[in-house]
This record gives sequence, C-alpha cells and structure tokens, in this order.
Amino acid sequence: MARYVVNRLAQAIMLLVIVSAIGFAILHLAPGGPLSQFAASAQMTQEDLDRVTKQLGLDRPLPIQYLDWFGRMLKGDWGKSYRDGEAVLSVISSHLGATLELMATATIIAVLLGCWIGVLGALRRYSLFDSLATVGAMIALSIPTFWFGLVTIYVFSVKLGWLPAGNRQTVGDGSFLDLLHHLIAPALVLALVETAMWGRFMRSSMLEVINQDYIRTARAKGMPEWRILTVHALRNALLPMITVAGLQFPTLLGGALVAETVFTWPGMGRLFLDSIGYRDYPVVMGILMFSATMVLIGSLLADILYAVVDPRIRVG
Amino acid sequence: MADSTGKFGVGGLHHFGIPNRRQFFQLGAGAAAGWTLSGNAFAQTERPGNPPDKPRGQVIAALSQEPTVFHPLMPGIEVDQGIWWQVFSPLWFIEPDGKFVPDLAREVPTVENGGLSADGLTWKIKLRSDVKWHDGTPFTAEDVKFSLELINNPDFRVRNRVGHNLVKDIKVVAPDEIHWRMEAPYSPYMSILSLTFIVPKHILEKLTDPNASPFHNAPVGTGPFRWGERVPGDHIQLNAHTGYHGKGPYVERVVFKYIPDLTVLYTQFRTGQVDYTGLQGILPNFVQEAKTLKGRKIFVSATSSVEHVAPNLEFGPFADRAVREALYLAINKQAIIDALNYGLPTQTESFVPQQAWSFQQGLPQHKYDPAKANALLDAAGWVRGSGGIREKGGVKLEFTNSTTSGNAVREQTQQLLIQDWRAIGAAMRVNNMPAAVIWGDFWQQSKFNSVLVSVNFMLGSDPDVTPRFGSGAIPAKGGRGYNTYQYKSPEADRLLAEGAKQFDLAQRKTTYGDLQKLIRNDLAILPLFQGFIAEGVKEGLQGFRPNINTSINCWNIREWYWA
Repeated sequence: MARYVVNRLAQAIMLLVIVSAIGFAILHLAPGGPLSQFAASAQMTQEDLDRVTKQLGLDRPLPIQYLDWFGRMLKGDWGKSYRDGEAVLSVISSHLGATLELMATATIIAVLLGCWIGVLGALRRYSLFDSLATVGAMIALSIPTFWFGLVTIYVFSVKLGWLPAGNRQTVGDGSFLDLLHHLIAPALVLALVETAMWGRFMRSSMLEVINQDYIRTARAKGMPEWRILTVHALRNALLPMITVAGLQFPTLLGGALVAETVFTWPGMGRLFLDSIGYRDYPVVMGILMFSATMVLIGSLLADILYAVVDPRIRVG
Repeated sequence: MADSTGKFGVGGLHHFGIPNRRQFFQLGAGAAAGWTLSGNAFAQTERPGNPPDKPRGQVIAALSQEPTVFHPLMPGIEVDQGIWWQVFSPLWFIEPDGKFVPDLAREVPTVENGGLSADGLTWKIKLRSDVKWHDGTPFTAEDVKFSLELINNPDFRVRNRVGHNLVKDIKVVAPDEIHWRMEAPYSPYMSILSLTFIVPKHILEKLTDPNASPFHNAPVGTGPFRWGERVPGDHIQLNAHTGYHGKGPYVERVVFKYIPDLTVLYTQFRTGQVDYTGLQGILPNFVQEAKTLKGRKIFVSATSSVEHVAPNLEFGPFADRAVREALYLAINKQAIIDALNYGLPTQTESFVPQQAWSFQQGLPQHKYDPAKANALLDAAGWVRGSGGIREKGGVKLEFTNSTTSGNAVREQTQQLLIQDWRAIGAAMRVNNMPAAVIWGDFWQQSKFNSVLVSVNFMLGSDPDVTPRFGSGAIPAKGGRGYNTYQYKSPEADRLLAEGAKQFDLAQRKTTYGDLQKLIRNDLAILPLFQGFIAEGVKEGLQGFRPNINTSINCWNIREWYWA
C-alpha cells in the first residue's frame, strides 16, 4: 500500500511540474500583457510602459522568467500580484474562504439530493418519478449556469424580493443568518448541475448493484428490503462515487466561476477570471497551481480510498 | 468664439473679453484649461443644500471594475481614481465648470498673486498649514517636494512623468511654501497638477523599495476619507476623516462595491442594494427603464472620451485621404447613435469635448452621403473589382476592424459599419480581441488596420495632444507617446509645439482650434460621437456632481449626504 501511495505521489508531482511549465508558457505566449490595461485607459506612453516592463522583469527571456518563478515557488514565494502588489498566497487565501463556502454548500446539497434522486430512480426504474428525474437532469445539465443565475435573480430578487441579488453579505452585517441568506441562491444555482450529475451516476451505480447476485441472495434469505438497500446495495453503490467525488473539483470550480460572477461572490473563480483578463501572471499561475494541486489531491485521495475499500485495485 | 456660450469655464471671464497673459494667470492657468458647463448633465445635478453637522450614514457605490492600485502615483486605471479622490488631495482640483479650486494649496498660483513668473518658469506655491495626514502628522511643503521627486525617481514605478520631468530646483522655503523652476514653459502643467495627488513623505521615505510597502494596500492621505478595510474581490470601505481640511465629508462611510457584470450591477441598483452606479454606469439599454424607477435618479452626462474609428494611416488604403473621407461619408452615424446607443450621445467632429473652452466650433459637419463617397472613390481611381470590392494599383479596399471582444454595442457598431462600407465597395472584416490583447502591442505598436475605440485625448483637462498626434510620439517608430494612428503632419507638430508654450488663453484657443481644423481635414481619426455615461443615484442622496474633468464622477463624495 505504501509503495502504491508513493508511486501515485511521484506521478502527481511530475504532473504538477508539467502543468506549471505548460501553464506558464501558454499564459506568457498569449498576446497582450499585464500592462495593456494601463495602455488602454491611462495616459501612459510607450516609454512609460517599457520602463515598467523592465522594472517588473517582463523583458527577460521566457525560460529565465519561468526558472526564476519556479525556484521562488519552491521556496514558498509565489510572487506578488501585478495589480495590487499583494503576495499571491495572500490573494488566494483571501478569496478561498468564499469559494469553499459556496462549493461546500453546493456539494452538500448536490450529494444529498442527487443520491436520493438516483437511488429512488433506480429502485423505481421507468416510473413517473424516474422519468421526471431523467428529464429534469437533462434540462439541468443543458441550462447554462449564467442564464439560470440571472433567472434566479430576476425571480427571487427582482420580482419576489425574497433573496438578495448578489454579494456574500450585507456590508456591516456579518451575522450567520445574513451570510446564509446570501448563500441560498448562488449555492442552489451551483448545485443544479452537480445534483443532476450525482443523480445520474448514483442511478447507474445503484442499478448495477441491485442486479448483483448477492442482492438476490439476500432477498432469497428473506432479509428485510430496507436492510438490503442500506447495508448491501447503498454501501456498494456509493463505492464508485468516491471517484466521482474526487474528480468533481474542476467541475465545481468551473461552475463557481460563473456563479461567482453572476452573484458578485468574491471567490477564487472570479479572481481567476479577473486575473486572466488583466494578465496578472503571478496570480493566474498561483491559482493554476493551487487548483491543479487540489485536483491531484482529490484524485489521489479517491484512488487511495478506493484501494483501501477494494484491495483488487492495488493489484492492478 | 469662446464667448459664444458666454462661458470659458471660469466664472465672470466673459465680462472681460479675451484675457491677456496676465489675466490668464490671474484666473489660474489651469482654470483656463477647464471646460464650459455641460447642459445636459447639470440640468439634473443637485447642489448640496443642507448637509448634516456630523457625518451620517453610508454610501454604497457600485463599480464595475475593482480598484486595486491605491498608491496614486503608480500605474492605475480610472476606477482607482475613485479611491484616490477620497483618500488623497491634490494641490488644487478642477470643478465641473473648469474652475480650479485650491485644495492643499492656499491659492491657485497666478502672475498676479506672485505664484507664477510672467514667463511661466518659476512657480511659488503657498500651502495650507492646517492640513493633517490621516495618522495625525502635519502636512508640509516637504510632502509636495517628496511627491514631485518620487515621480522623477528612476527606481519608482511611476505612471508617467509628462510635465513633471520639467520641474527642477525644488526648494522648500517654509513649511507652508514651496518653489520650483520649470526647465521650459509648459502651460498644461497646471492641469496635470490638478490630477496629481500628494503622498506622505514621513511614511514613504523610509521604504527601501518605493514600489512595495504596506502603504500600497492601506494608504494614508489627507483626503476626506481614511482607509477602512478591503475585502479583495468584494469591497473597499473608507471612513470619514473628521479632521479633513475642506468641505465635508458628510457621510460616515463609503463602500466601493465591486460588481463586474453591468447587468448585475444595474439589478442591484434596481433592488436597492447599492446607492450609486459608477464608472461604466448603467448600460444604454437600461436607461429608459431606469428613469421610471421609483426612488432613483438617473444622470446622463458627457465624458471627455471620443468614440471613433482609428485608422492606421500607414496601412495601404488608409494612407489615401480620399479613402478616409469616403469611408467617413459612408458611415450612418445617426443610426449608430440612435439604434445602438439609444440616442444618448452626440455627434462630434473633434477630438476635444464640446464642453471644453478649447473646443473649435464650426468644424465641417459630417453628412451621411454614400453617393458622394462612391463618387469620391471613383474620382480617386478606386475601381470596383470582383465581388464589388474596389481596388487601386493592385491594392484592394479591404481591411480589418478590431475592438474589445464582448463589448456588445461596439460589436453591433461593427456590423453597421460593414454594411455601410460594403455599399461603397469597401470590405471590412471583424478581428476582435480581449482587452488584454488588443491594447497591448497590437494597439501600441500599430499592428492594426483599424480599431473602434473610445479615447480621452486630453492631457488632464488640457488640449495638448502632442502624445497623441505628434510625429515624434509614434511608438511603432520609436516615439515616446501613443500616436498609434501614425499621424504625421509638420503643421500639426508646429501647432502642438506652439500651444504647449503659450500662456495666453486666446492664443491657445486659436492654436488648438487650428489643430482641430487640421485633424478634422486630414481625418486622422473618424470621430463618431462624444462619450456619455448614465449613472444612477438613490433619491435622497445629495451632492452628486458629474465632472467631465475627472475620470470618475464620484470624485466629490466628500460633498454627498443623505437628505
């Protein structure tokens, strides 16, 4: 087991190095640069731009810039944002809480609701509920998050006035209830696609399990249906979901990016979008490395967990 | 001509006729660089009536871009000025009517009050002695000296040094008086100083690296509001500085709320979550509806920016003036204004805003005339070839037009331009790019064929456009400015050089008037309309005054209060 973990860790580190090199190259080779924003709006001359470019070290050859960045990153110095001069780790951490809050809430909603829909759909295959759940999931997966967010704002904020039209909290009011009030709409919007995905995966997994011989045997032995369902079927059906959970991070982050923009949620997704727009290289690279690390950790944990619960994996 | 409106941007000036150089300085050279009133904007403006004795309540100002640069001398964008105006102070500032008002200075320097020498080379500034930095340290002339020297410090990542680089021999003669000499006369400097914020010496002089310090993220100034907190990606809170030396502030807190999407921003204004929609304001398509909202006031005001088609004059067909004129004649400007911009902007023929004292009346007016455009191209030898596209000497009349991708109104404008120009045998293709791409080398190094862009050509509020139209300011040819059009004209260079050293208002008006005629005649740009902004303010919030001389209309939150 230890060897398996070490191997997977080594692969993960190699992947991170590759991701960093590719990410750095793509980002810097893309046209434009961090000073374009000033060229567009402020009274900066080309001479001013050239001077600032030199001061920021952006005139050096790309490989030198990469090695410099990579070397400093290994020492824990992820650089400073070109926009506000803050340390990248500090910039990321200041946005991380908001995103985790949103993602965690959306995940809880999606897992609970999705699993319930999936299990029920599998048990009542081709019933009205199952058909409705299938159609609903297709619609949910097809609706653009941006559009759904705007509709939610229009209905629940503009028309009904039940929910705030955005923001994480009312300025000057940091109460839990206020936070919760602001969280409802973006979390539900973000959870929509996730719920559909969990529902579909869970239904398939459950169907596979309930058709297994050991379920039939359990029934033949006269075991109560609720016990068959919870002890034998559900536990085994949840196994493949470990992988699903491990790989959900990128999807969630992508969804959060849109939800955060629509609901003016001050999280990582919006930071990433803004930073790309401004070509804030250090922050973009920081978020890229952070996200890649999270994805790899998620995947690694899923693999390890799977290996723990199913020893056959280790053999392969 | 200046008096045709009865205004020069300086109260009472028209009673005395065209001022001479002495009068010019009497009134403040900068005042002469101001604007006349913008009728539309000010018709709706409320002047503060009875502000409270003590700061009361808060204002939530929504901005579509996030302010991130808080050091007011470093490279920043318009939105950052929203913070600078509240936290810092300049020596003097420009009122919406163009009048300079002393801020940190006791008076605006003139020849009459001895602040300026007759040749414009010696400046003597008397400063207020009752000003304190937010940390309680007294403000002195040393701070002004430090700020001007910091701007010229080669290690400092300063925004730009235009005008400042002429300042020599700075002498602090008393804690409340500073003198300096200009290397050459430069009349726009008064205007530049009105937008230069003074920074604290006692904090910044201790830094080993002037480009990084805690100050950059928690600035200390002399302005009406002191730094409160910043939640990155969300908001910035500023608190009233009760020891402020000027008028106000009348609210306890200002919260700048960052809302990147303009539709969401408007929605939050509509639902009452924000009190003011600033910077990019309300999208034109929402303006009519916004005007019907209860408890909201909408201000539509002119900006200094001019929306135009920027031709690269070194690019094949555009080098031919006949082509530029034909293209200009073939643009249905009114359709662009009415159909795409809801009739809110006004046509213009100049790079100078119509409210400015330097605006040249009577420039040839654009007329939508495709027939004349066709005739012009026929006469110039551009004949229709295959597919109806004209060509001359093997050069086809086809080109690309670029703008920031995602800007819906500009993208629609491009569609109209394609149709308009197709009708005269010119083929335009769209080549849009994200902001970070288009405004980089593509724009700076004149790699475009044509660009649809909005530019504020003014240097502060001064019409000196040497960096925009001077032949030595072409970056693609090693120039120091941003003449990306690659416009070259010895006559324009002569006028620009003359205007920058003139101190007589009437002379300057003539010089810059001639320049406007020249640029219009040469069609160095194809102007579409003067920019505008629609902003919303909650009813009951008093004191909002759009100011065409500043980059952001929330420049004076110190005067805002809740009725």
